[in-house]
Amino acid sequence: MDIKSAAIFFDILYPEIFLLAVGMFILVVGNIFKNRTFLAYLALVGLIGALVLTLQQWNAPQSGFYGMVQIDNFSIFFNVIFLSAGIIATLMARDYLRAHNIERFEFYPLILFATVGMMIMASSADLIVIFLGLEIMSIPLYVMAGFFRNDPNSNESSVKYFIMGAFATAFLLYGIALIYGAAGTTDLRRIMTDLGYLVSHSGFFLYSGALLVLIGFGFKVAAVPFHMWVPDVYQGAPTPVTAYFSVAPKAAGFAAILRIFIYGLGGLNELSVIFWILAILTMSVGNLMAIFQTNIKRMLAYSSIAHAGYIMVALSVGGDGAVSAAAFYLLAYTFFNLGGFAIVTLINSRTGSTAAIDEMKGMSVRHPFLAALLALFMFALAGFPPTAGFFGKFYLFSEAVKAGYIWLTVIAVMNSFVSVYYYLRIVVVAYFGKADEEFAPVSFKPAIWLVLVITAAGTLILGLLPQFGLQLAQMCMFSFK
Amino acid sequence: MLENAYLIPIYPLLAFVIIIFATRWKEKLSSAISIAAILVAVIHSIFVMIAVIGRHGVPFELSVPFIEHPLISLETGIFIDPLTAVMLLVVTIVSGCVQIYSLGYMHGDPRWSRYFSYLSLFTFSMLGLVVANNFFMIFIFWELVGLTSYLLIGFWFEKDSASDAGKKAFITTRIGDLGFIIGILLLATYAGTLNYQEVFTKVADGAVPVGVLTMIGIFIFCGAVGKSAQFPLHVWLPDAMEGPTPVSALIHAATMVAAGVYLVARSMTLFVGSAEAAMTVAVIGLITSFMAASIALVQNDIKRVLAYSTVSQLGYMIMALGLYGFDVAKDPHSHSVGYFAGTFHLMTHAFFKALLFLGAGSVIHAVHTNDIQEMGGLSKKMKITSLTFFIASLSIAGIFPLSGFWSKDEIVAATLGHPVFMFFTLLIAFITAFYMFRLCFLTFTGKPRNQERFDHAHESPKTMTMPLMFLAFLSVFAGWVGMPWLSHGFSSFVYTGELQHHGPNYIVMLVSTIVAVSGIGLAYTVYFKKKISADVLMEKFKPLYTLLLNKYYFDEIYDKVIIKPLLAFTRMMWWSDANIIDGLVNFVGWFTIKWADAKMLFDKYIIDGAVNGAGTVCMAASWLFKYVQNGSVQFYTLVVITSAVGVIIYKVTPEGFVYYFIGVVVVALARFLMKMNRPEEGNVETEPEG
Repeated sequence: MDIKSAAIFFDILYPEIFLLAVGMFILVVGNIFKNRTFLAYLALVGLIGALVLTLQQWNAPQSGFYGMVQIDNFSIFFNVIFLSAGIIATLMARDYLRAHNIERFEFYPLILFATVGMMIMASSADLIVIFLGLEIMSIPLYVMAGFFRNDPNSNESSVKYFIMGAFATAFLLYGIALIYGAAGTTDLRRIMTDLGYLVSHSGFFLYSGALLVLIGFGFKVAAVPFHMWVPDVYQGAPTPVTAYFSVAPKAAGFAAILRIFIYGLGGLNELSVIFWILAILTMSVGNLMAIFQTNIKRMLAYSSIAHAGYIMVALSVGGDGAVSAAAFYLLAYTFFNLGGFAIVTLINSRTGSTAAIDEMKGMSVRHPFLAALLALFMFALAGFPPTAGFFGKFYLFSEAVKAGYIWLTVIAVMNSFVSVYYYLRIVVVAYFGKADEEFAPVSFKPAIWLVLVITAAGTLILGLLPQFGLQLAQMCMFSFK
Repeated sequence: MLENAYLIPIYPLLAFVIIIFATRWKEKLSSAISIAAILVAVIHSIFVMIAVIGRHGVPFELSVPFIEHPLISLETGIFIDPLTAVMLLVVTIVSGCVQIYSLGYMHGDPRWSRYFSYLSLFTFSMLGLVVANNFFMIFIFWELVGLTSYLLIGFWFEKDSASDAGKKAFITTRIGDLGFIIGILLLATYAGTLNYQEVFTKVADGAVPVGVLTMIGIFIFCGAVGKSAQFPLHVWLPDAMEGPTPVSALIHAATMVAAGVYLVARSMTLFVGSAEAAMTVAVIGLITSFMAASIALVQNDIKRVLAYSTVSQLGYMIMALGLYGFDVAKDPHSHSVGYFAGTFHLMTHAFFKALLFLGAGSVIHAVHTNDIQEMGGLSKKMKITSLTFFIASLSIAGIFPLSGFWSKDEIVAATLGHPVFMFFTLLIAFITAFYMFRLCFLTFTGKPRNQERFDHAHESPKTMTMPLMFLAFLSVFAGWVGMPWLSHGFSSFVYTGELQHHGPNYIVMLVSTIVAVSGIGLAYTVYFKKKISADVLMEKFKPLYTLLLNKYYFDEIYDKVIIKPLLAFTRMMWWSDANIIDGLVNFVGWFTIKWADAKMLFDKYIIDGAVNGAGTVCMAASWLFKYVQNGSVQFYTLVVITSAVGVIIYKVTPEGFVYYFIGVVVVALARFLMKMNRPEEGNVETEPEG
């Protein structure tokens, strides 16, 4: 395998460059034209174009920028997740923003820029570049959270996200500094090669640095106890933005964590205990809290925390199998979680809606198709066959069992049981809840239909023919050599 | 057309989905969709048949991996060989006829759309069963047809007898299915795959020991025994006649009950590998066939006669297949025609039995009773129905040149070399001819025995008679493809591999014709000419008559031997539940309550009544988390820093972490208590948002 590294090679960043270019173009054009309806389509063109460019890099690992950028199947797999999430969020957002009279064209470049940041995070083998990617991703997200400029809740969401994000960044940077101090480099490849030597000579700093980096990313993936911002931010932000938050930055955080902790610092075995504790805390707190929520956005916020907990099981296990299981789970999660959020977006687009769970009452009578889809996504979130949620969990947990993490698996499965309660409650409300007044109809737009079709198809295809997705996930390996 | 044959089951599935989700409220549209889907499937099946003929027996297979595992790989796919192509045609054609017929028969039913959606679901499952390319898929569809059969038997679930019959069918077949899945699992263990072709290659190569093969064969045959209502699990089929008559025609005569025969034919390699298993199959088939035919002699319910006739004919096919397996196992170069006879009879029987049931439905529709003793003389009022019914009866009796003649002939030919089998086969043929014409004469000829019902009788509408005529056409001519003079007829077609052509056996033809004609003749003298009184015969053979009338007391025996003891056992378990387990549970409950009381006091005492009645751990935990989730960013950062410090301390000294943890808890508790003691301050930023 011929790996180019000792040079710049702009061509390996074509997808990112293309996205950036389209984003900036929209910014410029948006200020020129009065009629801005086409800008959303332009953003979609950018995302789909980047998706095509990314897919062309499949199975051809290469590196550039003096080894700082690393394109391999792992990064491409995650880039596809980010871009799909971006496409779906854009489709959802346009009509939602219109319905709430806050459609401003800056929204679309923000999504594009955030996606660029995530893609850089996933395709880098250097701590500093990962950090850069994280910041490129985070700053547009802060703005997106506050997109309801006149709504105090949205402002609160934005400010909280910003403060907590900045706080986390401090941890992350300090951690990187400590690792640099211990290793003399931020290049993960060199850290990986010299790990044995480094541990014996400056183990404490390396460990402390690793832990601080972990805390920094713990924020982004909403691991307990670094999850506190999540419910407030998710509830306040516009619903499509929440949907995007619950998937894309989380996947980006996991991409970085997987690369750093399973490969770069994969030799630090003692970290496994920390992941073990974090995984159990994350899923248990997420599930317990979700039970008592009355607002569906808040419930899904806690549910997303719980799902982060399941994925952390893979971190605790480590190894190639765990990486593909986590990647597969994230791909599946992207579809069914965004699908669930798409329905919440529809419900929430009605005037006067606060996204309370009770608003689902009577849905099956007025919109039987929508109710059926809701049930599908909830079943997938709860991990029922034949949906993607079942196979995602199945592969994740079977990797854990294979590696001998029996207790971790038992706790994870028990958590899944707990989660069934609150997911099914939504279905029960939608099907059997007696509405005081008639269920106000939601207005379907073609875009939201497209979203529902894509997400439902993804949920079912990955569930009925898991082999296809799993084969891709198994090919999704790092190439460091 | 062959490449996308997987679409054939998809059409009715789509119809099902559309009806259930979208057009349920539009009755006419629902039935139109269902019928359109099946017609498309018929056309597609015809093209598939043409394509298969063009391939000269080379099977077509298409599969995609479903789950891959080191131990076994499961796949989903289609496998099309001549047998599949025949089954596809039979299932789609009969289903199409039945659905069109149902337009008339189910007229005015309040659950019209549901009925058609169920029919579509059934057709999907049955077609899926037929095209499956491995034992895993066939089992899935096997269960699906079982489910739809249950739904349709109990379609009029307001009637207790109907819902009971549904349950009986479901549970009885389930016993067979248990054997089936054990067989499949054994197969998976020993052959390492479930794909038909791979399994059969391995078995033919001798990869599976003969003893195990016998077990596998018998276990898989258990599935067929349940589904095809073979002795001793035949009891559900006559009860299943509680369902709507078109359903009986489709599911319980032509297609689903033939699935067992199809399974045996499909797995023929397994039986060829084990003479014992094959003989078991043949013997069970013969017992079933004889027993059911004899019961059919005395029944008075028109549908039950046909139901027992179905059981009997299925036994015929099973027997022929078993004999083929036995003959070939003994001598690989044997010229047994059993395989051809079984599959051929499967096809012809589907058409004329569906026709008989639909004809019976037409009669029931006219006179509103199932009891043939209250009918009589109906041929005057119902020309088409009676004519087609007679054609079908002649066909099943095996009269030249109707289709039943050719296939029954081959079954008799299959018993050559087995004198006992041959004797009983001919005897059954005689009984069959007799009871079918007893039925015909009692229903359609003579004087009406119930004038009031007769006066109200009328010919059924076009939607019902058209399918009757079409099926009558098939009952006459469908068998001609298997005429022994054809060198490339049905017999060469179903054998994958070398060309087979046996030529006619005129002695067999002559004997079986004589038997059939004498059976009809006896029925004619007893029930038409009334030369011999049926009542006198009944008196003469009183004990035999009672035995047959009570169906050999199978239901009673099962009730005494299985159901009663099972119920007794259940009652015992219930008693132990009520007295021992519940006692324990009650004790635990009592203890929990006491403990909760104690805890509540404790809570009250410690938290000063703030948490009134906080009972469960869950609530408490949630409450605690809510308290932590107070919306204050400063507090959030505090939690993070505390945790971060904790993590680092844990890294340095795990013991130190314990002290640190205790310290944090104490401080948190203190802060918590302070907050609780001054709630009236109403600090907005610390209001729990949870």
